[in-house]
Amino acid sequence: MVKRDRITITIDGRRRKAERGQSILEVAREAAIEIPTLCYHESLTPWGSCRLCVVEASQHGRTRVVASCVTPAEDGMVIKTNTQRIRDIRRMIITLLLARCPGLAILKNYANEFGIKRIPFEKGDEDCFLCGMCVRACSEIVGIGAIGFAHRGAKTEVEPPFGFASSACIGCGTCTTICPARTLTLEKVFARQTMHRGKDQIVGRCVVCETYYSGA
Amino acid sequence: MTRKGRHKTSRKTKARVASKTISICHGTSCIEAGSGQLAVAFEAALRRKSLSADVKVRPGRCTGYCHVAPVVAIEPDGITYGNVKLSDVERIIDKHVIGGKILEDLLVPAEPAYPSLQPLSATGFFEKQVLIVMRNRGRIDPESIEDYIANDGYQALAKAVSEMKPEQVIDEVKQAGLRGRGGAGFPTGLKWEICRRSKTSETKYIVCNADEGDPGAFMDRSLLESDPHAVVEGMIIGAYAIGASHGFVYVREEYPIALERIVGATEAARDYGLLGEGILGSDFSFDISVVRGAGAFVCGEETALVASIEGKDGRPRPRPPFPAERGLWGCPTNINNVETWANVPPIILKGGKWYASIGTAKSKGTKVFSLVGKVKNTGLIEVPMGTTLREIIYDIGGGILRDRKLKAVQTGGPSGGCIPASLIDLPVDYEELTKAGSIMGSGGLIVMDEDTCMVDVAHYFVSFLEEESCGKCTPCREGLTRMREILERIVEGKGKRGDIELLEALAHVVKDASLCGLGATAPNPVLSTLKYFRDEYEAHVYHKRCPAKVCKALIVYRVIPEKCTGCQRCVRACPVGAISGPRAQPHNLDQSLCIKCGACYEVCKFDAIAGDAIYVE
Ligand SMILES: Cc1cc2nc3c(=O)[nH]c(=O)nc-3n(C[C@H](O)[C@H](O)[C@H](O)COP(=O)(O)O)c2cc1C
Ligand code: SF4
Ligand code: SF4
Ligand code: SF4
Ligand code: FES
Ligand code: FES
Repeated sequence: MVKRDRITITIDGRRRKAERGQSILEVAREAAIEIPTLCYHESLTPWGSCRLCVVEASQHGRTRVVASCVTPAEDGMVIKTNTQRIRDIRRMIITLLLARCPGLAILKNYANEFGIKRIPFEKGDEDCFLCGMCVRACSEIVGIGAIGFAHRGAKTEVEPPFGFASSACIGCGTCTTICPARTLTLEKVFARQTMHRGKDQIVGRCVVCETYYSGA
Repeated sequence: MTRKGRHKTSRKTKARVASKTISICHGTSCIEAGSGQLAVAFEAALRRKSLSADVKVRPGRCTGYCHVAPVVAIEPDGITYGNVKLSDVERIIDKHVIGGKILEDLLVPAEPAYPSLQPLSATGFFEKQVLIVMRNRGRIDPESIEDYIANDGYQALAKAVSEMKPEQVIDEVKQAGLRGRGGAGFPTGLKWEICRRSKTSETKYIVCNADEGDPGAFMDRSLLESDPHAVVEGMIIGAYAIGASHGFVYVREEYPIALERIVGATEAARDYGLLGEGILGSDFSFDISVVRGAGAFVCGEETALVASIEGKDGRPRPRPPFPAERGLWGCPTNINNVETWANVPPIILKGGKWYASIGTAKSKGTKVFSLVGKVKNTGLIEVPMGTTLREIIYDIGGGILRDRKLKAVQTGGPSGGCIPASLIDLPVDYEELTKAGSIMGSGGLIVMDEDTCMVDVAHYFVSFLEEESCGKCTPCREGLTRMREILERIVEGKGKRGDIELLEALAHVVKDASLCGLGATAPNPVLSTLKYFRDEYEAHVYHKRCPAKVCKALIVYRVIPEKCTGCQRCVRACPVGAISGPRAQPHNLDQSLCIKCGACYEVCKFDAIAGDAIYVE
C-alpha cells in the first residue's frame, strides 16, 4: 500500500520522491526550492487565486503552466520553477497587483526582488489584493464564515456576505492576524459591518481596553 | 398499458390527422413576433370556414428562420412563410390551404421562386445542412411527447435499457467519436467512463449545461424549446451508462420558454414511466430536476456551475479534481452540454459507426452554429464537421449583406478568435479552429464585413469579458481591466508607442496563468486580431487612423465646398446642428459641435461630405 502511494517527480532537474496527493508546491518546499506565493497558507485550503506560484509542468509530452499550490504532483511529472516564461508571468502578476495596491510592502518587496522598476498602468489606491486568506481563515479556522467576497470582476471586495453584517463575527481577530497585506484591521471588519448594519450592531468595542467583543 | 402500446396508438392518431397542418413556430423570436395571436386567428378563421376538422393548427419548433419571424409552415406541402401578419391569415387559408396556390410575397427570402410545391428541405438555406441534433426541426410539437415518440423518440432509450449493458452504451458513444459541444471538445464516451469508474462515492450525478451565456448564441435555447425530449432522452441514456441516480438541467434564467418546455418534458416523461423508479420495467431508476441559472456567464464553467447548483457562490475552483471525480456535493458528476446530450439518442439508435462516418478524422458528427452578423441568411444551422467557412457563409448564409467584402469570421463566442477572410477555405472542426487561433466554443459564428474595425471588435469582446470575470484570480481580474484600458486608449486615438507590445505581453500572461477557462480564452480576440490584423492596430496607434472608419475619435467630417450644392439635406440630418449655411451655397461644418455620428455623410447625395482620418505623423 505504501509503495503505491509513492511517486517520483523531477523538479528543476532533481528527482524527488513524493506522496500521491501532495501539491507541487509542497514537494518543492521539501526540496528547499523557493516558489513565491501570495494566497497560500499552510493552515488553509489552497485557493489558487493569486497565480504567483505558477510553474511549468510537463507530462505526456505536454507542457502547461499550472499553479503549484493547487496542482497535485503526479508520477513522472517534470517541473520547472524558474524559466523565462515563468519569470515573465510572475513579474506581470506583481506589476498588476502593485498597480492596484501601490502602497503594500509585501508587493514592493517582490517588485524589488524581481527587478520591477516601472508600473506601466494607471495606479489605483486599493490596500487589499484579494488573496482570500481572511475569508478562508474565518470559515476554516474560526468556523464562523462571517466574511466573504462581494461583487464580481474588478469590483470584487471582501465584505460580510451580501452586504449585511453577519451577526456571526465574534471579534476574534484571526482574519486581521493572517492578512499578509497587514491591511485588514478590526476597525475595518467593524466599519464594514456598521456600514450596512445600522442599529443591529453586535460586535462592540470595550471603552476601557479597546478590544472588540461580540454581544447578542 | 405498455409503452409499445401507447406508441402504436399515437401513430394511429397521427394517421387520422387531416390533409393539412398549419405549423406556427413557437420559438422565442416567433412568440415575440406574435405567433400566439396568429395561432388563435388561424383557429378562428378555420372554424368560421368549417375547416377545423380537416386542417389542424399546431405549434411548431424553430426552423432557424428567426430573422423573418413569425414563421408559418404549411404541411405536408413543405411551404414556409415568413413575416406573417394577422391580416395574412385569411389569404393563406383561402389561396393556399383551399386553393393550393403559393403566396409568393410571403415565402421566406432564401427560397427560390417556386414553380410548384417544393419541400422545405430543398431550399438553399438547407441544402448543405445535415440534421442530427435538429432532426425534428419544425416537424413536431415540442410540447407533445406523443409527437416525439411518433418520430422514433425514446426508441434509443428502450434499446439501451433492454438490449445493452451500460459499458456497451459507453463503447457505442466512444466509437461514435462524440466530443463535447459546450466548449473544449472533450471526448464524451471517455468522460462517461471516468465518471462510471470513479470510486469517490456510489452516488453519481449528471448535469445538462444550458447556461449559454454567449451573447448572440441561441442554439441551446432553441434545442430545449423545440425538442426538449431529445435532451431528456439523451440524459436518461447517459445516466444509465454512468450509473447516475439523479440529473440536473441548469437553464439560464433569461430563457423562460426553454425552462417551461424542459420542465414540461420531464413531467410528461415521468407520466410515461420514462423517468422515476424502474424505468421501462428495468431496475434502473433515475430522475431529473430543472435548476434556474444564476445569470452569470462564468456560471457556465463547470466548477462554477457545480457550486451554483449547490447554492454556493458561482466562482470557478481549480481542477483537478475534475467534476467526474468530485462534483456535486463531492460525488462524481458528469457534465455535458445540451447539444452533446441531444446527439446521444441517434448514436444509440443508428450506431456509433454511422455517426463516425460523418465529419473529419478527429471531429465526428455535426455541429449546430448560430450564424449571425453581416450575412444574408442568419439563423441556426447544422452542418457536418469539416464543412468549410466558405460553404457556411456563401452557400448557407447566402453571402455577405449588400454584397460587401468578407473581412473576418469570429467563432466560439466572446472568447473566440477572429479568422481572416484569407482562411475562408478552412474546414470547421476542433483542430482546425484551434490552429487558426480560435475555438469551437459553443458554436457562435459572427460574420464581419469590410466595414468592421478589428481593434474595435477586440475592444468590444474584452470589455464584455472584463465584466464577466468572476474576480477570483489575478491575471483575469486585473489583466483584463488593463487590456481593456489599453484598447480603449487605442480606439480613442490616444494609443502610445509600446501599447501594442504591452497588450500582447498581457494577453499571453492572462492566457497562460488564469485559473479557469474564461481567463484562459479571453485574450483570443486580441491575440488573433494582433496576428492577422496587426496593421490596423499600428494604423490606430502610430497614424491615428481607423482604416475601417469605425472609431469615431479618429475621423473628422468636413464639407467639400466644390461639391456642395447647398441642398441643406445635411443641415436637417445633423442631430446637433453643427452644419449651417444659406441655401444653394456651400455649407459650413462646425468641428466643435460635431459628434461624428456620420449622419451628414450618409444623407449627402453629392458626396460632398468627407470622413477623413486625423493624420498625425
Ligand atoms: C467561462 C466559461 C463559460 C462556459 N459556458 C458554458 C455554457 O454556457 N454551456 C456549456 O455547455 N458549456 C460551457 N462551458 C464549458 C463547460 O465548462 C464544460 O466544459 C461543458 O459544459 C462540458 O460539456 P461538454 O463536454 O458536453 O462540452 C463554459 C466554460 C467556460 C470556461
Ligand atoms: S474577527 Fe470576525 S471576521 Fe475576523 S476571523 Fe474572527 S469572526 Fe471572522
Ligand atoms: S484583507 Fe488581507 S487577507 Fe483578506 S483578502 Fe485582502 S489582503 Fe487577503
Ligand atoms: S479566470 Fe477569471 S473567471 Fe476564471 S477564476 Fe480567474 S477571475 Fe474568475
Ligand atoms: S499561491 Fe498558488 S495561486 Fe496563490
Ligand atoms: S423562433 Fe421561429 S423560426 Fe426561430
